[in-house]
Amino acid sequence: MTEINRRDFIRFATVAGASLGFPQLALAANPKVVVVGGGVGGCTAAKYLRKLHPQTEVTLIETKKVYQSCFMSNEVLSGDRTLDSITFDYEGLKRHGVKVVIDRVDAIEPDKKQVVTQGGETFAYDACIVSPGVDFKWDAIEGYDEKVAEVVPHAWFAGPQTTTLRNQILAMPEGGKVIIVAPPNPYKCPPGPYERAAQIAMYCKHHKPKAKILILDPKDKFSKQGLFTQGWSKLYGFGTENSMIEWVGAAGGGTVEELDPSTMTLQAEIEEFQGDVINIIPPQKAGKVAFASDLAEGDWCPVNKLTFESSKHKDVYVLGDASSAAKMPKSAYAANSQAKVAAAAIVSRFNGIEPPDPTFVNTCYSILGEEHGISVAAVYTLDKSSNTILPIKGAGGLSPMNASDQQRKREVSYAHSWFANLIDDMMM
Amino acid sequence: MQREKMMKKKMPYLLLGLAVLFPATAAAAPTGQALAFTCAGCHGTDGSSVGPSSPSIAGMDPEVFIDAMQGYKFDERNSTIMNRIAKGYNDEQIKSMAWFFAKQTLRLKPQKYDAEMAKLGAKLHDEYCEKCHEDGGKPGDAGTLAGQWMPYLHYTMEDFIDGRREYPRKMRRKVDAAIEAEGDRAMPALIHYYGSQH
Repeated sequence: MTEINRRDFIRFATVAGASLGFPQLALAANPKVVVVGGGVGGCTAAKYLRKLHPQTEVTLIETKKVYQSCFMSNEVLSGDRTLDSITFDYEGLKRHGVKVVIDRVDAIEPDKKQVVTQGGETFAYDACIVSPGVDFKWDAIEGYDEKVAEVVPHAWFAGPQTTTLRNQILAMPEGGKVIIVAPPNPYKCPPGPYERAAQIAMYCKHHKPKAKILILDPKDKFSKQGLFTQGWSKLYGFGTENSMIEWVGAAGGGTVEELDPSTMTLQAEIEEFQGDVINIIPPQKAGKVAFASDLAEGDWCPVNKLTFESSKHKDVYVLGDASSAAKMPKSAYAANSQAKVAAAAIVSRFNGIEPPDPTFVNTCYSILGEEHGISVAAVYTLDKSSNTILPIKGAGGLSPMNASDQQRKREVSYAHSWFANLIDDMMM
Repeated sequence: MQREKMMKKKMPYLLLGLAVLFPATAAAAPTGQALAFTCAGCHGTDGSSVGPSSPSIAGMDPEVFIDAMQGYKFDERNSTIMNRIAKGYNDEQIKSMAWFFAKQTLRLKPQKYDAEMAKLGAKLHDEYCEKCHEDGGKPGDAGTLAGQWMPYLHYTMEDFIDGRREYPRKMRRKVDAAIEAEGDRAMPALIHYYGSQH
């Protein structure tokens, strides 16, 4: 069954031979690609464009000098890792021949096929990749804005706010209360708020055993809910009177309407909640540059999922969290997978051939305790007729419920591998 | 019989040769390359994992790769996540990924190991393992041991010994003999030996 037979060999040889007929040389000598955004989508696309088509001149424009990964940033809150350990420079991409420019792009200019930076530099492109990630809808919760977020952090971008939140947790009293306000769907990293609760509990269990973590949620269910509930129960007494973690969903009045930062009070649908530390993760939409460049429709950017080319502007490709890529979640692994599909499609265009059939994977790990990891995975294919990315039936899914301690422990170790390899694959 | 087996073993490499000469450009199904690219987030770019535990799959013998994937797909092999992922691919796709990874160069990173244990492991390897895991366990027709990530080797041996993975009779005999000779030190010693190679 597993051996490769002669018939396969002949079939393959025929296909390979037939492909010789394509006019591969009918392309501009050094096509130019400009990548706006140095996150998972942008970096992976830049690296893989150089890998697949080394004559491509790739310029990546990013506002920050270093990349700080949101994935594994919850582990900074527990003290399990440092912010330094999730901070990376762009030297690796430069070694792949990517030109990295630290500057800000307000909007790209699809009509002129160029990108002008705030610093005044102009970059012409044959293809432009826009991968700006998410932005917040600041008007969703009264009393909460960018300024207030400096003291009531969202910590949904890894960086200074991660440190702020960590320090606030360290400084809160023994029996203090942390409130996490979860966002409505869709948002980046669907299991993130719930892993965050577990990571904060992991710290408190050792250092402030009387502390409480309350999640206020505008949703009635959430990602990996069964596994989170089981893990929280096992590790943090969830469901008992002494539970360290409590979750209030929409039906229980979990939707937060207003924040009073002076009293650290949240007005939710039914009652008020007061916390020593409040972490508000606001509702989300595509990053600013997507709106300024007329790439969005509603909150997100529609794309042709065969190539990730924008449905609104030719030769512009939108990747990752900002794209409307149902049914893939907004995750790092998804952005990495999409970036490779886009890179291959762009190279095909340069070569004057049809884009290849895409294939996608998502894997996502959450770490609930030192030896307790869980995951979700999916393999996707494109349904061209509906322009929908569909998970392949019978594949993927969650870690099993009631798995052995040994399996849960292994998943922690694989979560660390997933992190290290994802970073390596995108920018090293 | 022997010769036929040899031919079958060589066939993938012939195909790989062709794949290198004529990159597949016809758009039919996802290419082996496109499929294999999706593995990199856990197994590293082109299958060389930077660790700490997910295994490198670059340079793997295509048949070993196919056996592993089919084993995961049909839940015949213990795993955490691969049994869920393998179910997403048909036989042709698994084969094309196998060919892709077989032609990749395995890039190894140094690991921390105990030199004394590695020395004992080298001795045990020569005596009990080398016959099937040739050349110190380098990629060959029995999987990659040399330079493989040590936690992964540990999990794998745990699964064999605890009965979660089908244990070839010959291998069980050899492993039992190594444990008979060196006791609890035998397995860690072998793992340190493989981890010492890079």
